[in-house]
Amino acid sequence: MQWEAVIGLEIHTQLATKTKIFSGSSTAFGAEPNSQASIIDLAMPGTLPVLNKQALEMAIQFGLAINSEIPKITTFDRKNYFYPDLPKGYQTTQMEAPIVGRGYLDIALETGGTKRVTVHHAHLEEDAGKSLHEDFHGMTGVDLNRAGTPLIEIVTEPEMSSAKEAVAFLKSIHSIITYLGISDGNMAEGSMRCDANVSVRPKGQEKLGNRCEIKNVNSFRFVEKAINYEIQRQIEILEDGGRIAQQTRLYDPDLDETRAMRSKEDANDYRYFPCPDLLPLEVDPAFVQKLKDELPELPEQKRQRFTEQLGLSEYDAGVLSSSRPLADYFDKVVELCKDAQLASNWISGELAAQLNRDGIEITQAEVTPEQFAGILIRLKDDTLSNGAAKKVFAALWAKEGQTADEIIEAKGLKQVTDTGAIEALVDEVLAKNTPQVEQYRAAEPDKRGKMVGFFVGQIMRASKGTANPKAVNELLAKKLDG
Amino acid sequence: MLDLSLTQMAQGLAERKFSSLELTQTFLQRIQTVNPQLNAFITVTEQQALEAAKAADAQLAAGQAGPLTGIPIAHKDLFCTEGIKTSCASKMLDNFIAPYDATVVANLNKAGAVSLGKTNLDEFAMGSSSESSFYGSVKNPWATQAVAGGSSGGSAAAVAARLVPAATGSDTGGSIRQPAAFCGITGLKPTYGRVSRWGMVAYASSMDQAGPMARSAEDCALMLQQMAGFDSKDSTSIEQAVPDYLSQLGDSLQGVTLGIPKEYFADDLNPQTAERIHAAIKQLEKLGASVKEISLPLTRMAIPAYYVISPAEASSNLSRFDGVRYGYRCENPVDLEDLYKRSRSEAFGDEVKRRILIGTYALSEGFYDAYYNKAQQIRRLIAEDFQAAFQSVDLIIAPTTPNPAYDLGSKLTDPIQMYLDDIYTLGVNLAGLPAISVPAGLVNQRPVGMQLIGNHFSEAKLLNAAHQFQQATDHHLQKPALI
Repeated sequence: MQWEAVIGLEIHTQLATKTKIFSGSSTAFGAEPNSQASIIDLAMPGTLPVLNKQALEMAIQFGLAINSEIPKITTFDRKNYFYPDLPKGYQTTQMEAPIVGRGYLDIALETGGTKRVTVHHAHLEEDAGKSLHEDFHGMTGVDLNRAGTPLIEIVTEPEMSSAKEAVAFLKSIHSIITYLGISDGNMAEGSMRCDANVSVRPKGQEKLGNRCEIKNVNSFRFVEKAINYEIQRQIEILEDGGRIAQQTRLYDPDLDETRAMRSKEDANDYRYFPCPDLLPLEVDPAFVQKLKDELPELPEQKRQRFTEQLGLSEYDAGVLSSSRPLADYFDKVVELCKDAQLASNWISGELAAQLNRDGIEITQAEVTPEQFAGILIRLKDDTLSNGAAKKVFAALWAKEGQTADEIIEAKGLKQVTDTGAIEALVDEVLAKNTPQVEQYRAAEPDKRGKMVGFFVGQIMRASKGTANPKAVNELLAKKLDG
Repeated sequence: MLDLSLTQMAQGLAERKFSSLELTQTFLQRIQTVNPQLNAFITVTEQQALEAAKAADAQLAAGQAGPLTGIPIAHKDLFCTEGIKTSCASKMLDNFIAPYDATVVANLNKAGAVSLGKTNLDEFAMGSSSESSFYGSVKNPWATQAVAGGSSGGSAAAVAARLVPAATGSDTGGSIRQPAAFCGITGLKPTYGRVSRWGMVAYASSMDQAGPMARSAEDCALMLQQMAGFDSKDSTSIEQAVPDYLSQLGDSLQGVTLGIPKEYFADDLNPQTAERIHAAIKQLEKLGASVKEISLPLTRMAIPAYYVISPAEASSNLSRFDGVRYGYRCENPVDLEDLYKRSRSEAFGDEVKRRILIGTYALSEGFYDAYYNKAQQIRRLIAEDFQAAFQSVDLIIAPTTPNPAYDLGSKLTDPIQMYLDDIYTLGVNLAGLPAISVPAGLVNQRPVGMQLIGNHFSEAKLLNAAHQFQQATDHHLQKPALI
């Protein structure tokens, strides 16, 4: 039988607000346990929540970026359950009227073309604290620094049909939230977490199969592996005539498998009800419009501009628009050097290779876009040869100078374009290598091409790489072919 | 000195007739001798009070007195008080020292009031008799075998017995007005959102409202003036200027129309209580008010609606008491579930458990629509009924309770009966309205309370009507047998 997988995602993203969603505590990562937990975060008796406006603003920005309806009124609800890292005994979340309504995102498929994935809604909620099981000798420690960190939970319709599509969607979300600057999207630190609902059904069947929810997968790679494992597991059960039990499962990256965590029967009754401490909030349409007007250019729009206005290939545009810092770097370089293709080649080539070698991000690059553009400008005006340009880049990276021109001057990398000087070199090299000159002249014209490389090499060496290769070639041709 | 009004006290202090220290010592002495009979206080903060009194005297001497500088008050023990036990009359918080002040407490501190301590209440404000306290029942100063009412029974008894001239209370379903009525004092439940809930331990958040309890409307006005106001720490607090209540206490009742809701005078009402209320209405008519019969047809429905919504919210609000971060924790829990179950089972009293169970049930999947949603629908309709009434009347007049204070223990075995007695107070909370209870005479030597209900933010009108009534009558000046 032909099977078809059906996948829906729930993505939790921590918002990059300075303070928590309902208290003034800092949200910075990695502080001493419980040093960022105020009386509100500790759920001291009598304390009350006040919504962080910045969190609301960021959620709306996200909604606008995925073409969502922003409702006129949004409300908060309580999800009740007991757990030590949930100090109030309920999570304040949104169920009835979430801040981000139905929206969609088009994802690029590997096979070419795009697929539209519907976002059912996205809502604001507070993160829980952390339970620490190590170092407490059979007891559990609770760290409430994270409790109350604002999250948006993004819930898709079950519309993806492969792990690759799910990852493509996740990456799109990642790039949108980082473009908007509303989250650092750091999956390793848990600022972006993904639950995947996976089911399979015979191809062509309308009705959905029983689904399993895979919880808290923390990298793109693991999301792909976990979904693939789960699809395969379910297909095997079904092909053996079994039934899929509706379950919550955990992915174990070490063993590359998912394991049952709890069944549907064990599920909590969360007793959702409107939070009486937070009144329904009217969302001012003028405020939404203002946010809409101020939205930055998003990855998709950037990609389009790069292909349509700058003439880059789909591939180059895709690479350069994948992260906002990279795209911003590129834009700045183009603005200064006025050559998009050259900038694209050099950023995807020399710069990307260097970042890769150092294992760092574009934001940590040792060469600024201004410096980088300085190299390309000198490349374009023939001051630099390709090889010399690479030397200038390496020198700037090593902080040996402030600008490309400074390095060129200091290292004498200026390309010699003075034909008189080059002619002298050409004459010198030809005079030293008369046997090769004779060989060349005796050879068939179609073999001469290769042989000319010998002379070019000699001349370049003699010029210490500063001779303009174009001028060298022209002069050589004139002298050899007479 | 014990019988002075707040205004008279402020005047006496200003004129150096007595010092705040003398005043404070007088009341502390009175608490020491009388409180054992009433159990009105859970905690008496004598040292802090004496220090605050001395500081107040220094301020008075320096001419820097605030509106309540040097005047003793007390707080219901569900307002957080920094460094002082805040128990909510529960074993759960018997060891809880609040790390911060409630806004109400901070406001009154700022106004110069000297707090003498924390008053007894029904556990977590759940009850109408102050019998569910972990620290034992409060007794009514008018008849110590009778309940003081609840949940602010400690504040009511303390004010009635002159242990303190004024106190804070909170009213979720009548918890200021009903004990005020039972103890023969004046108590105001403000509009929802008028007084900050920050630091007031939540019972049912959508109805909880703090208010003043004192011997007269004038004293309540003075207290409310300091308690009320917008607070950015409470999202349900309403940003609206606080009027000068005192300056509006001289308004005539000429042209004021009082609505008499026939449902509040039906069979539930004790005939003798009814007589007192009708006499009070006559008195108000004499003062220039006109009366008009009105109907609030859903009055009875307030009881089931309230007893679904308030436990539902309570079941969630009280989840934080889990033995993990503060409060009671059971001995040697074997695992997490055991920690939760035993900490909560051992530390919550019966009434609290009952309401948590009712609320949990009402919010459960499959029951939510039938209970919680239905109750919210009724709540909206009740609010609409009130709004319709206020189209044709300025204030509504009614009894506060169907009967005067009953004997201790007489209703403990039948919680439903106790809930039914809240019939005249619950609607106000469901609709978020302000209301005041004013002494209107005695039945069998136990006080009767007259309730005036106003539209949102009509506290000034309510206080003025109550004040005009008190200028013409002496019910509020009657003293319990204890004195």
